[in-house]
Amino acid sequence: MTPAEIRDEIIDILEDISPDEDLDGLDDQKPFRDQLELDSMDFLDIVMELRKRHRVQIPEEDYGNLASMHSTVTYLEPKMKDI
Amino acid sequence: MYDTIIIGAGMSGLAAGIRLAHFDQRVCILERHYTIGGLNSFYRMGGRDYDVGLHAMTNFARKGDKRGPLAKLIRQLRFGWEDFKLAEQIGSSIRFPDVSLDFTNDIELLESEIASRFPDQIDGFRTLCGSLLDYSDMDGGSPEFMRSAREVLAEHLSEPLLIEMLLCPLMWYGNAREDDMDFGQFCIMFRACYLEGFGRPYKGVRVILKNLVRKFRGLGGELKLRHGVSRIHVEDGRAVGVVLDDGTQIEGKRILSSAGNIETMRMCDDITTPEVARAGKLSFIESISVLDRDPKELGFDRTIVFYNDSDKFHWRRPDDTLCDARTGVICSPNNYIYDSDEGELPDGVVRITTLANHDRWCELPENKYLAEKVTQYDAAVASAVRFMPDFRSNVVATDVFTPKTIRRFTFHDNGAVYGAPEKQLDGCTHLPNLYLCGTDQGFVGIVGAIVSGISMANRHCLMDS
Repeated sequence: MTPAEIRDEIIDILEDISPDEDLDGLDDQKPFRDQLELDSMDFLDIVMELRKRHRVQIPEEDYGNLASMHSTVTYLEPKMKDI
Repeated sequence: MYDTIIIGAGMSGLAAGIRLAHFDQRVCILERHYTIGGLNSFYRMGGRDYDVGLHAMTNFARKGDKRGPLAKLIRQLRFGWEDFKLAEQIGSSIRFPDVSLDFTNDIELLESEIASRFPDQIDGFRTLCGSLLDYSDMDGGSPEFMRSAREVLAEHLSEPLLIEMLLCPLMWYGNAREDDMDFGQFCIMFRACYLEGFGRPYKGVRVILKNLVRKFRGLGGELKLRHGVSRIHVEDGRAVGVVLDDGTQIEGKRILSSAGNIETMRMCDDITTPEVARAGKLSFIESISVLDRDPKELGFDRTIVFYNDSDKFHWRRPDDTLCDARTGVICSPNNYIYDSDEGELPDGVVRITTLANHDRWCELPENKYLAEKVTQYDAAVASAVRFMPDFRSNVVATDVFTPKTIRRFTFHDNGAVYGAPEKQLDGCTHLPNLYLCGTDQGFVGIVGAIVSGISMANRHCLMDS
């Protein structure tokens, strides 16, 4: 997957987790928390959906990398480049 | 071999099952009863639908609300708002002998009611509201959580009657402890009842349960009714599976039990006498009256009335009598603001819940049990009509369920509706792969039970798999 495809996939997951959220204006550099009503349960769901859909394993100590869209894509790029 | 075996097909077990099945676990829910729902169930009798448990769903939220437990559970279970479609309450009341406080899903009404009935208490009420714990403090970590709610209330309010009145609905809707409440539990219930408020789906609790089951099965989850778990089989300090009432063995990597703390311990075959963790004692009877008209035509438009017939609210199991009708909850499912395309409910219904003693009900021989259901129905209604219009000449059908009924539906000790007073907030047990969810883990009520199932599934069954 290219970084753009990974970004699309994260958007798809966010839509699945929180269908009422408006994601069009998402700023990739800003933390998700400042823009969306996501709590720790929702962050767990991003991790779980990635595992379910792509068998990507994210250890708990790496959860901090999922703070913003930019940091998420950067973190996932090496893990998902061969998918 | 299942990834997770869930004991009990109530709200918490079904919600946990959905989470696990959604993330591709092999999961099986085992339920001893012949129907789903546990405490929150439903039945049909004489051509009419009846609900057990649900008066109102607390934690009301409107479509689009993103905060609060209801929004959270809808997201976590991948439901849409339409799946729960809650109609808002018309309005509820707390009625004591000489004073009544009305409230709705907008806290401003309760505030103005307090300002007019107890003018010198309104500032204290506001500081109390400001001191409530947030839901994020509810994992039991806050030192405030285990404080006495009465003690905290007395720091803000000097009028004992107002303290009793505020406690009455919150204890009725979610307090397993007699006389007093943990402040954390008080905060949960205060938010659930006063800040968020009441709603109900037009078709009652069955809609919620059917949606949960449909979703669970649609994800490949297995639900087995009439499959009671008699033992949890333990080997080398781990649960390895369960043994059913008929002797069948089922293996699982982990077990999540909504059977109750002490009830679950008793099933473990490494425990001979379950220690401490006293079971709850508070149980209820419910006296249901079907009327020949909508209660509003009799001048009763209240969704819920919490009444108490003296200035002191007694939240205790009656020790020497079958029931205690000095305090009670009157609920009319007609008194919600249903959508015009749904219309009004087919029957007028008044449900009255009063305190009851499980052991005394269960000791009664069958003929006496049936006679007492009639006697205690009359007593509950006679008590309630002091706080609402007398509807007794309009009754066309009645039913009563007792602590014995509740026990049959839930298999919880003592027919305890809100479980044990001591909650196991982290859901852990003496075994590393056996966990608790449901009333004895923490949150109560329908929304609370579902949140319990979700959070225990997330914490213990998804993170480490």
